[in-house]
Amino acid sequence: MNIFVCIKQVPATSKVEVDEQTGVLKRAGVKSKMNPYDLYALETALRLKEETGGKVTVGTMGPPQAESVIREAYMMGADEGYVFSDRRLGGADVLATSYTLSQAIRTIGDFDLILCGKQTTDGDTAQVGPSIAEHMGIPHAAWVSRLTPRGKGILAEQQLQDVIETVLLPFPCLITVEQDIYTPRLPSMKKRRETKDKAITVFGLEAFLDQNPDNYGLAGSPTQVERIFPPGSDIQQETLDSGDLAKQLHDKLKEWKFL
Amino acid sequence: MAQLVVIQRKCTGCGVCVSACPFGAIDLKDTAEINAACRMCGLCEKSCPEKAIMRLETKAKSVDKEAWRDILVFCEMTEEGLHPVGPELIGKARELAPSAGYQVDALLLGHRCDKAAEALRHYGVRNIYVYDDEALGFFRAEMYAACAEDIIRKKKPSVVLVGATALGRSLAPRLSTRFRTGLTADCTELQLKENSDLVQIRPAFGGNIMAQIVTPHTRPQFATVRYKVMDAPVRQKEAAGEVHRMPLPKKAVSEVRFHEKRSIPKAVNVSDADILVVGGRGLKKESDLDLIKELAGLLGGEYAVSRPLVEKGWDTNARQIGLSGRTVKPKLIITCGVSGAIQFTACMEGAERIVAINADRNAPIFRVAHVGIVGDLYDILPRLIEHIKREKSQYARV
Repeated sequence: MNIFVCIKQVPATSKVEVDEQTGVLKRAGVKSKMNPYDLYALETALRLKEETGGKVTVGTMGPPQAESVIREAYMMGADEGYVFSDRRLGGADVLATSYTLSQAIRTIGDFDLILCGKQTTDGDTAQVGPSIAEHMGIPHAAWVSRLTPRGKGILAEQQLQDVIETVLLPFPCLITVEQDIYTPRLPSMKKRRETKDKAITVFGLEAFLDQNPDNYGLAGSPTQVERIFPPGSDIQQETLDSGDLAKQLHDKLKEWKFL
Repeated sequence: MAQLVVIQRKCTGCGVCVSACPFGAIDLKDTAEINAACRMCGLCEKSCPEKAIMRLETKAKSVDKEAWRDILVFCEMTEEGLHPVGPELIGKARELAPSAGYQVDALLLGHRCDKAAEALRHYGVRNIYVYDDEALGFFRAEMYAACAEDIIRKKKPSVVLVGATALGRSLAPRLSTRFRTGLTADCTELQLKENSDLVQIRPAFGGNIMAQIVTPHTRPQFATVRYKVMDAPVRQKEAAGEVHRMPLPKKAVSEVRFHEKRSIPKAVNVSDADILVVGGRGLKKESDLDLIKELAGLLGGEYAVSRPLVEKGWDTNARQIGLSGRTVKPKLIITCGVSGAIQFTACMEGAERIVAINADRNAPIFRVAHVGIVGDLYDILPRLIEHIKREKSQYARV
C-alpha cells in the first residue's frame, strides 16, 4: 500500500498571548513540535505498511525549519519526506492550504491512501483533510477509529452522533483518524542514527501543476481575519478567597436551590 | 484585493519599514521585500522616507453579492430523528436574517425523514428542502455534498450554516471547497452585516484570542457552529414553511459501499447534563477523580474533565469539555483545578451558573466564573462533600 501522511509543525505550547492594548500577538521564542494528532495518522500508516507492505511518504507545508517534523517522522519509520516551502504559500486558510497540499501530493506521485490527523492543535478546524479529498476528487471518511484493508480498498469505522458506521472506501481515498486508533510509537534511537543523513526534498510552487500564485497563500484564501481580540467578559462576578470556603460554597448551592 | 509593493528603483535599503512592520513581513536584501506574512496594515507605506512603498489595488475576484440571497441551514438526521443543532441554527439564522433582508430555509438529508421534515415546520423557516433516499441512509460525504450542491446551485443562498457535529464537520469542508469559498469552523458568535457579509467569531491560535473572520469576495459563506452554542429555539405551535421533496441529483454517485452500522451503547452525554462537576490539571492523581465523581453524584449531575486529563489517559474524550471534546450549557458547572484555556471556556461559558475552584488567583477560568473560589480543591471538596452528606442524612432521619 502506497501511503501519504500529511503532517504539520505547530507551536509546542497551546498558549499564544495577545497584547490586550494593541491586539497584536506576542510570539517571541515559541518552540515547535509535530502536531500531536498527526502522530496517530503516522502510526496508522506504519502499521498498515507492516501488515501489507508498501511505502510511507510524509509531507508538510511550512517554512524550511519544518524539516524537523520530517526528521521526527523518519525516526518513527517513514520512508520518504517532503517539505513544501514557498513564500507565496504563506497566510493560507483552509481552502488555500488544502489546495497546496493536493497539488503537492499530485506532484510527488499516485497514492492509494492519504492519512491525516483529525485536526491540528493550532488551527483546530479539522477541515483540511476533507478539503484535500475534494480538491483531488477522491472519497474520504473522517473521525475514523479503525481501519482494515479489504481488497482494493479499506474498511473505515467512523463514529457519528449515535452510531458507528463502517464503510468500504475504494483506493485512492483519504482518511482522517481519531486518537484511539493506535498508540503512536516513540522515535527510535536506531532509526535516528540510520536516518541522520536521509534526504528531505524541499520544493515550492515551481514544481506544482498549477503555478498561478493567485490560487495559493493569502491571495488564494477566501476568508480574511478582520481583527483579533481578547475574549471579553461582562458578567457579574464574585470572588471568595477567605474564611470557610467549603461552607460558603455549600451555602451558595443552597441559595441557588441545587441542594 | 490590495497589495503593498516596493518600488525597487526608489528603495535605498534604509530599513525603516522593517522596524515599522508589526508582522515581521519585510525582509531586507539589497532592497526591501514584502513577504507572505503581510497583513496589509500599511504602516510601512507611511514610514518610508523615500515614498518607495505603495498600495496597489488589484481587482478582487469578486462575486455579485446580490445574486446570492438568504440563509440555508443544513439539518442532520440521527437514528433518533432530527439532530437538535439544526433548530438551534435556524433560531440563530432567523435572528440574523432581517439585517440583510433575508429569509431562512432548511435543508434535510437522509432516509425516512418525514417526521423530521414535519418537525422543522414549527421553527419558522420559509422552505424545507428534503432529499430523502435510501442512498442517503448512511453517511457518505460525497453523496451528501452532491445533494447540498444541487440545492445551493438552484437557490443560491448567501450563507450556509452547518452544525459542527462529526457528520457536519466532515461534510462542510467538502462543500465549501466545491464552491471554492470560505468555511469557518466552530463559530461561537455570528453577525450579519447589511452588505450581507457574515461576521464569524471563533477562538483562534489555540490560545486566549478571538478572531473575527469574514468571507468578503466569494459566496456562499459557510460556517459551522457547535451544538449548544446557540440558544435552543422556541417551538411554534402553528406549522408553517413549505416542504419540498427533491429528487436525488444525477451527480449523487459514490463508490463508497455500506458495510455495517451499529449503535453506540447509550453513553453518558455530558452535553445534556444539567449539573456538571469538572476535574482539571489541578488533580494530582487519577484516583482523585473520585472526589469529582462523588460531588457530581451528590448533586445529581455528571462529572467531566478537561483536556490534560484525557491526554494523561485518566478518562475518555466523551467526558471532555473543550474544542476537541464537548460543548456544554448546563444550569450549574463547578470546575475544580481547571485553569480555563479559551478552548475550554469557549465550550462552557454558556452555563447559567459557573463556579470555579482554583488555587491560582490569576487563572483565566476566573474571567468567566460567576463565583470564583481561590483555594485548594483538596481542602474544599472533601469538606463540601461532608457538609452535603451531613445535611442529607439529617433529612433522611426526619
